Amino acid sequence: MSHQYYSPVRDPLILGNKTYAQITEDISSQAERGPTLRFMLAITFTGLIALMGVLAILYTIWKGIGVWGENKTVGWAWDITNFVWWVGIGHAGTLISAILLLFRQRWRTGVNRAAEAMTIFAVICAGLFPMIHMGRIWDAFFIFPYPNSRAAEGFIDWRSLWPNFNSPLLWDVFAISTYFTVSLLFWYTGLLPDLATIRDRTKGIKQKIYASLSFGWRGTAKQWQRFESISLVLAGLATPLVLSVHSVVSFDFATSVIPGWHTTIFPPYFVSGAIFSGFAMVLTLMLVARVVMKLEDYITINHIESMNKVILLTGSIVGIAYLTELFMAWYSGNLYEQYAFMNRATGPYWWSYAAMMTCNVISPQIFWFKGARRNVVITFIMSIFINIGMWFERFVIIVTSLHRDYIPSSWLYYTPTWVEVAIFVGTIGIFMTLFLLFAKYFPVVAIAEVKSILKSSGDQYIAAQAKEDAEERNEQGGAAFAGAYRKDKDQ
Amino acid sequence: MAYRYLLGLFDDEVPLLDAVGKLRHDGWHIHDVLTPFPVHGLDPVLGLKETRLHTAGFVFGATGTAFALLAMTYISTVDWPNVFGGKPYFSLPAFIPIAFEVTVLFASVGMVITYYLRNRLSVFAHPEILEPRTSNDRFAIVFDLGKYNDDAGKLEEALLRMGAVEVKVREMNQRQRSHNEQSA
Repeated sequence: MSHQYYSPVRDPLILGNKTYAQITEDISSQAERGPTLRFMLAITFTGLIALMGVLAILYTIWKGIGVWGENKTVGWAWDITNFVWWVGIGHAGTLISAILLLFRQRWRTGVNRAAEAMTIFAVICAGLFPMIHMGRIWDAFFIFPYPNSRAAEGFIDWRSLWPNFNSPLLWDVFAISTYFTVSLLFWYTGLLPDLATIRDRTKGIKQKIYASLSFGWRGTAKQWQRFESISLVLAGLATPLVLSVHSVVSFDFATSVIPGWHTTIFPPYFVSGAIFSGFAMVLTLMLVARVVMKLEDYITINHIESMNKVILLTGSIVGIAYLTELFMAWYSGNLYEQYAFMNRATGPYWWSYAAMMTCNVISPQIFWFKGARRNVVITFIMSIFINIGMWFERFVIIVTSLHRDYIPSSWLYYTPTWVEVAIFVGTIGIFMTLFLLFAKYFPVVAIAEVKSILKSSGDQYIAAQAKEDAEERNEQGGAAFAGAYRKDKDQ
Repeated sequence: MAYRYLLGLFDDEVPLLDAVGKLRHDGWHIHDVLTPFPVHGLDPVLGLKETRLHTAGFVFGATGTAFALLAMTYISTVDWPNVFGGKPYFSLPAFIPIAFEVTVLFASVGMVITYYLRNRLSVFAHPEILEPRTSNDRFAIVFDLGKYNDDAGKLEEALLRMGAVEVKVREMNQRQRSHNEQSA
């Protein structure tokens, strides 16, 4: 019997009788070819949307955030809704590559690279929003604690002005910047061997560029040993990190004394919501990418089904959280809390609450059916639904809790202006542009990782192994085979 | 002066592992092994020393925790004491999120820098490639011909017997560091 462990019960993860060379060819040839007309058209389109966003941001910085529709009570406008939405989307990549690595879920190898890239681009979009919201963006670096002379009186005085370490807003600065840094390092360190693969296949100027990008990776036994070590430790560090990031984001709300926000359920509820929306965005992108880039053998229906199971689980957790919030509002006997939730469901913003409930709780229940989980069209439509629903969840939490505060004279109906809408749509353009560039010039599937699971999960090997087993069973008789098989597995 | 290396190229990990084990058993000194992906079980067969990278990671992480807690304590109790929400100047629970994030930041940044330095990886590193196909579909066992110049024929014969699909001699301008040197 071969040295490889293979699973006799699981479906193959890589289809199409691939050899190592074919895997290299399938994935790196995408990056080696010049841009196609279709790519140029797509990137022009997303680039123009991104440009619109950039112009709207510049307009905001030029005029001040008064160009948004925020008012006395809804001071966060669309801005923080968009921030939380993007950060949430940025959770799937690290979840797939770190948590699923620790859980030894090998199907992740088909999607982890693209999901990690998506994470980084989503966090870039997320980070823009709090910075613009500061108004004086040129003073944004004030949020970092470093010795300064801002509290100085007189000429030679080095008394520093510090940020408030007890504030969840500062925790968020640390959480998001750490998350971005670690995700970027994890992603790029994993990319080096695959960039080296492209370097070794190209010539001339392209080879020079990929040689620099691959940092001179050689693939020696020692390098791989360290590679495995750092992957495991970074995954171990990223796992609590990814859970902490959205917990800290939820503290921004939960630690303030606002009805509808001041609840202990927020951290787990936000984390599962983040994974829910992140997986939806991964599916939206990968369902398109697998067809356009002909990656159906690597991102199979089984991958889609696995991700849909995660969506069903996290979506149901989110649904339970919504109901728990309602129950606790009633059970607490707190008038303000009760009013906040009645107002969410039946007040002037009932439509956003309805959109949230429909998209996030009711419609994903279709994934209880295997047929729906394995259907590409249904999955794509659902992923869009969830993206919309999760945006409305943040809108509901932020706007409905704020628009009616403790002083009824300041109650107003908040509506966004075109500037806010343009910035939000613009960040989607920025995100898509970055993703297109990544998908064109970088190996979009982790080549080395896919090769390492080929023997245990490749189509042809599972078939060959099953045949070998059957022959052995015929020769030796059932009992003898069972003994031999157990012995082989013990080794 | 040119450095000469003999490469035994295999097309899969199983014959590679067998060959590495047998060659070492026969007393050959393997200079290095190049593979397109991490081959599990290669380290003990090759006699590769264990990496200390994770220990470095722990040290960096612990430094981060200590730095964050000390800095926040100093700032909040000595440099500029302030009362927030009636809490003590030193309010440990409020410091935990930042201490955790700084721990993770120090551990991962420190580890990645160590990893790049130890593996000699940088934008400016343009090493000579022994065999481009080792990043594609070939697994190479490398021998230093400076050491085994007279035994090249014997080595080639042994490698082919053990399932190598090709044996090559490469002349390099740069000296290739052996796996022991890389571990040192």
